[in-house]
Amino acid sequence: MIRLVVTLLALSLPGIARADALTGPTVQQATNWTAIGMFAAFAALTLAITRWAARRTRTAADFYTAGGGITGFQNGLAIAGDFMSAASFLGISAQIFKDGFDGLIYSIGFLVGWPIILFLMAERVRNLGRYTFADVASFRFAQTPVRSFAAVSTLVVVLFYLIAQMVGAGQLIKLLFGLRYEYAVVIVGVLMTLYVLFGGMTATTWVQIIKAVLLLGSASFMAAMVLARYGFSPEAMFADAVAVKTMLATRAGETAAVAQAAGRSIMGPGNFIKDPVSALSFGMALMFGTAGLPHILMRFFTVPDAGAARSSVLWATGWIGYFYLLTFIIGFGAIVMVATDPRYLDGAGALIGGGNMAAIHLAHAVGGNLFLGFISAVAFATILAVVAGLTLSGASAVSHDLYATVVRKGQADSAAELRVSRRTVLVLAVAAIALGILFEKQNVAFMVSLAFAVAASGNFPVLLLSLLWRGATTRGLVAGGCLGLGLALVLTILSPAVWVAVLSHAEPVFPFSSPTIFSMPLAFLTIWLVSVTDRSARGIVDRSGYDAQRVRAETGIGADQASSH
Amino acid sequence: MGDTDRAARIAADPRYGALLQRRGRFTLGLTAVMLVAYFGFILLVAFDKALLARPIRSGGVTSLGIVLGFALILLAIALTGIYVRRANRDFDAAVAALVRDHRA
Repeated sequence: MIRLVVTLLALSLPGIARADALTGPTVQQATNWTAIGMFAAFAALTLAITRWAARRTRTAADFYTAGGGITGFQNGLAIAGDFMSAASFLGISAQIFKDGFDGLIYSIGFLVGWPIILFLMAERVRNLGRYTFADVASFRFAQTPVRSFAAVSTLVVVLFYLIAQMVGAGQLIKLLFGLRYEYAVVIVGVLMTLYVLFGGMTATTWVQIIKAVLLLGSASFMAAMVLARYGFSPEAMFADAVAVKTMLATRAGETAAVAQAAGRSIMGPGNFIKDPVSALSFGMALMFGTAGLPHILMRFFTVPDAGAARSSVLWATGWIGYFYLLTFIIGFGAIVMVATDPRYLDGAGALIGGGNMAAIHLAHAVGGNLFLGFISAVAFATILAVVAGLTLSGASAVSHDLYATVVRKGQADSAAELRVSRRTVLVLAVAAIALGILFEKQNVAFMVSLAFAVAASGNFPVLLLSLLWRGATTRGLVAGGCLGLGLALVLTILSPAVWVAVLSHAEPVFPFSSPTIFSMPLAFLTIWLVSVTDRSARGIVDRSGYDAQRVRAETGIGADQASSH
Repeated sequence: MGDTDRAARIAADPRYGALLQRRGRFTLGLTAVMLVAYFGFILLVAFDKALLARPIRSGGVTSLGIVLGFALILLAIALTGIYVRRANRDFDAAVAALVRDHRA
């Protein structure tokens, strides 16, 4: 059980080393037919949408961007659906159930990248790009080197994120539905392939929108049911939670003073963040990593113009922020309604099914068996929406950046590019299923944190400086980007999360839980240093292209228009 | 070459320079507010756990940390709202005027 808990927590909680030993198998639960029935209904609905979307997906533009006709409101919901993972719902509420306040630190980290994306990037990205963030990063630079870097970096982020999601999906579904791990991974892989392969961005977008509505709706219901018990007074709920934690500590044999301190401890930060360097580094990875996630940046190309890109971030930030407020209430709700209810506890007083079941048990406590099945189906849908977005982003990096631009030098027609995309989707899906099964017994805790660290140290500096710094050159961006990516990768391997927890060494070589505080500034520094010392002819072209790029980024003239249907 | 020429004409328009300055200052300010608020919070978590654990009212349980955390979430949403409002009212009109006056 610990293994699942740690895996799921880590899925949702990047940047923090989970050095805990990963032992013990996940317990397969009894087959849950209510949940399976509700999920089947979701699958049928989304497959019907995919069929409808498939008829509208003819060109590469349809495939990558849904023809650019998504509204800001729809895109905001889809972004929220792309970003709020099952792991963050279950993992963060579980963390709050266990430690109280500490869970809020994660939630905030996941949210604060969004304003930064809006202020510095969203509109410019929409104005300069067509399908991928590499379009933007390579706008005024030599195409082959910059795009190759961006494509590789995209694939690294996508692959690690995808493996982590697949393993989490297998564990979660085994737990919630009582299905075998392998079946769960294959079902996720096959459904994701159908959505992306046939429905492209249109189907992916609607799967994400539906999932976002379902998740926000059910989380709202749960939070409202919890708060209603306390006359909608958070103070009364917190007081009760402190009393419950105190009572549990007393029951465990603690003295009155210790028990009281244990109860109070859920109101403030615990030992979740150990040293200040890790705290800052982790904070940077969450904030700036969000701004460098390729599957998130890609969503800005689905709207018709910069104004719609802008409003999609406002909607997304609102929904995601609201979701994290709900998660906090749900975590506390689990303390007051689940932690003392013998129906949800085993003989030793631990949650049946493991720590991550806090929100699931709460669903049963407030809504009975039917709502429990519904929440389980929503959790499954949630994973699907996230992996579909990731796969589409990985496929576009291969077909649009590597094949069409690097290999064919921009001479590939839309049909050929689309063909390569679809083949890549198949390859990625097979790889995701195979790796998901292969990594079942492995500790994948580091993978999402690695994806965020790479996004913050490679993609983010390259994209930001290509947009905002006249002096950036091809050579500087590629050198700095590769250094950031490489450092994030190597330091993560040397950190406690991999070196100790996976490779079983006694002491980590790199003692901090996230590399970002080193790798990101070094990437910026390298881009600057290599660019200012770059005397090449290409460097002159790069710098002289800045004014024209800026006019287009700021005003949107010449920006790619929505294709008409 | 139409676009290049058009871009050059827009770049030479003093209203364009004024827009960049106005928008640049505004976004820089908002970015700074977000960075200071977030990393300030992280530094408090790292260095002053006791302060965050303190109840906001004596006799109550709701801690300063929870209030600040919720405030930070609301601040992130509010800042994006402030930006969008200003961009819709001011920047969009300025951009539209530039694009209209410098046709391809």
